[in-house]
Amino acid sequence: MIEFCGLQLQHPIVNGSGTFDAIAARRAFGDALLADFPFSAFVSKTITLQPRAGNPPPRLWEAQAGMINSIGLPNRGLEGYLEYDLPQLAQLPVPLITNVMGSSEDEVARLVEAIDERDEVAAIELNVSCPNVRTGLDIGADPRSLAALVRAVRPLARKPLIVKLTPNTADVAAVAAAAEGEGADAVSLINTLRATALAPSAKRPWLGGGTGGLSGAAIRNVALSQVAAVAGRISLPIIGMGGIASGTHAVDLISVGAALVAVGTENFRDPCAGSRIASELKSLQIRH
Amino acid sequence: MRTLAPLGRRRVLVSRGDDVGAYRVLQVADPQGPPLPAAGQFYMLATVARWGGGDDERPYLPRAFSFLSARRGKLSFMFEDVGPGTRRLAELDAGEELWLTGPLGAGFRTPHDGRRALLAGGGVGVPPLAALATVLSSHGTRPTAVLGFRDEHHAAGAVLLEDADATVATDDGSVGHHGLVTELLAAELARDAHAVVYSCGPPGMLEAVRALCAEHDVPAQLALEAGMACGFGACYGCVVPLREGGYVRVCVDGPVIDAARLDGVPAH
Ligand SMILES: Cc1cc2nc3c(=O)[nH]c(=O)nc-3n(C[C@H](O)[C@H](O)[C@H](O)COP(=O)(O)OP(=O)(O)OC[C@H]3O[C@@H](n4cnc5c(N)ncnc54)[C@H](O)[C@@H]3O)c2cc1C
Ligand SMILES: Cc1cc2nc3c(=O)[nH]c(=O)nc-3n(C[C@H](O)[C@H](O)[C@H](O)COP(=O)(O)O)c2cc1C
Ligand code: FES
Repeated sequence: MIEFCGLQLQHPIVNGSGTFDAIAARRAFGDALLADFPFSAFVSKTITLQPRAGNPPPRLWEAQAGMINSIGLPNRGLEGYLEYDLPQLAQLPVPLITNVMGSSEDEVARLVEAIDERDEVAAIELNVSCPNVRTGLDIGADPRSLAALVRAVRPLARKPLIVKLTPNTADVAAVAAAAEGEGADAVSLINTLRATALAPSAKRPWLGGGTGGLSGAAIRNVALSQVAAVAGRISLPIIGMGGIASGTHAVDLISVGAALVAVGTENFRDPCAGSRIASELKSLQIRH
Repeated sequence: MRTLAPLGRRRVLVSRGDDVGAYRVLQVADPQGPPLPAAGQFYMLATVARWGGGDDERPYLPRAFSFLSARRGKLSFMFEDVGPGTRRLAELDAGEELWLTGPLGAGFRTPHDGRRALLAGGGVGVPPLAALATVLSSHGTRPTAVLGFRDEHHAAGAVLLEDADATVATDDGSVGHHGLVTELLAAELARDAHAVVYSCGPPGMLEAVRALCAEHDVPAQLALEAGMACGFGACYGCVVPLREGGYVRVCVDGPVIDAARLDGVPAH
């Protein structure tokens, strides 16, 4: 058992938000999924106040040892999440972390307040890779706007508040320090790196959403560098992620300062990547 | 129709590989998989060795393939080399290994209210139709099929549809009807429109089948393709737009979708 922000977890491997849909996976694999759940906590995909359909297809591009997605955060919205998703996610055998995003302080506040009331949820993750409606800049790209957001919503949550940092910023450690300064309980990183793909024949953007985010093996060393930079600056626990596909990769992230390690794109290649990496990690840790 | 998949991917052995016209047919031993996947379901495949960057630094993600047949713990798949993933798979021979996840998605529903099954497809759309034909034949009715191919070399793939009475069309007229598969389908519907059409093939063909069936007011079930990263609903990458608005994931809500739910079959 390990402890993370008061949560008791079986092992240090969780999923990255938006890279595993436990409800859909149960339709494909049945209740075997619950008996052998791959992660020690489940992070749900980002929910927003209003329902979102997501971006027009194509939404995926396979890149060099990675992929670019422009999914566009489809979700049922807060009400739909509470009514439809939450009862099903509450049946999972692990603690639930709900990821939320809003384009203004007020929107985020309403999400945090509503989620904080629910006993099924163990912690809240704030996705700050979202343009501010007023400035058009990503809230999480600028230490001052992030500080203002965390200051506004921190008092509304009794549950642990995790800030999911964006890598698309000049100084990720400065943004992490802003989150720490305003009372966040933990940070998670890295989210996807902004990326573009061109259609092979016509040289126009391939993705329906125009640009997307790069993930997978290709970003592993970026994650290593950003997690190390953040760990060197703040003392909050860190959920590290980006291209993790084996126990060795997890050991690397832990050695530069991650408390937990999240698996994202590797879940697409191996639905049980979480349990595999957890057991590889365990045998590596026993050996050393 | 949905048969549950064992949790996670499993390592399986290729037991043979054959060239059939322009296509490669792989047989794999899948002793741990369910004996009866539903026709129209699919599997995610990747080779165990050398998957994760060839000359052009792909493939990286697994690829989706409908099963062609499932008999006595052996699955077979049929595909054409169209890119780095299928090229790598086409190199495989007996004794090499695959990662396999599945069966995934929802397959075809067999006809009710006395309608006859009409199978329409072409190219690498043959596998789900062949699996369906096997089910229908085992229920006592050998279905009629119309298949379209580019040319004679590709039309050799029609033999893989063992359990149906198939008529072939080719684009270049080198064998069978010189023209489109929808022309053969239209003739069948003119003969007897009390039918359900089951279709799988390239997007342009599927769209033509959808439009023809809509015009004749004949129900159709389309096995769709979409770019996929995961195959089990995790990435939200494989969506198609619905007539009623919004999107559905082809991998969990499809790949078989009622034509009536679509305004059109997207080009990719
Ligand atoms: C449910 C389902 C069942 C299927 N069943 C079969 C089957 O039985 N037999 C069969 O042959 N095929 C089948 N397919 C299609 C098969 O999955 C694809 O042909 C295969 O994924 C192609 O991979 P590739 O690497 O060879 O080609 P790719 O290079 O991936 O090219 C395939 C298409 O993807 C697009 N593309 C090109 N480059 C990229 C890129 N970098 N990133 C994203 N997209 C790109 C283009 O539109 C291209 O035409 C099925 C697909 C689905 C969804
Ligand atoms: C298809 C896809 C969807 C994602 N959706 C979300 C999301 O909804 N919210 C979020 O905070 N991060 C999202 N992410 C980012 C991942 O959680 C993770 O930060 C990133 O992919 C890096 O890890 P990886 O390289 O292991 O995938 C998504 C990533 C992918 C590939
Ligand atoms: S392929 Fe990932 S959700 Fe369908």
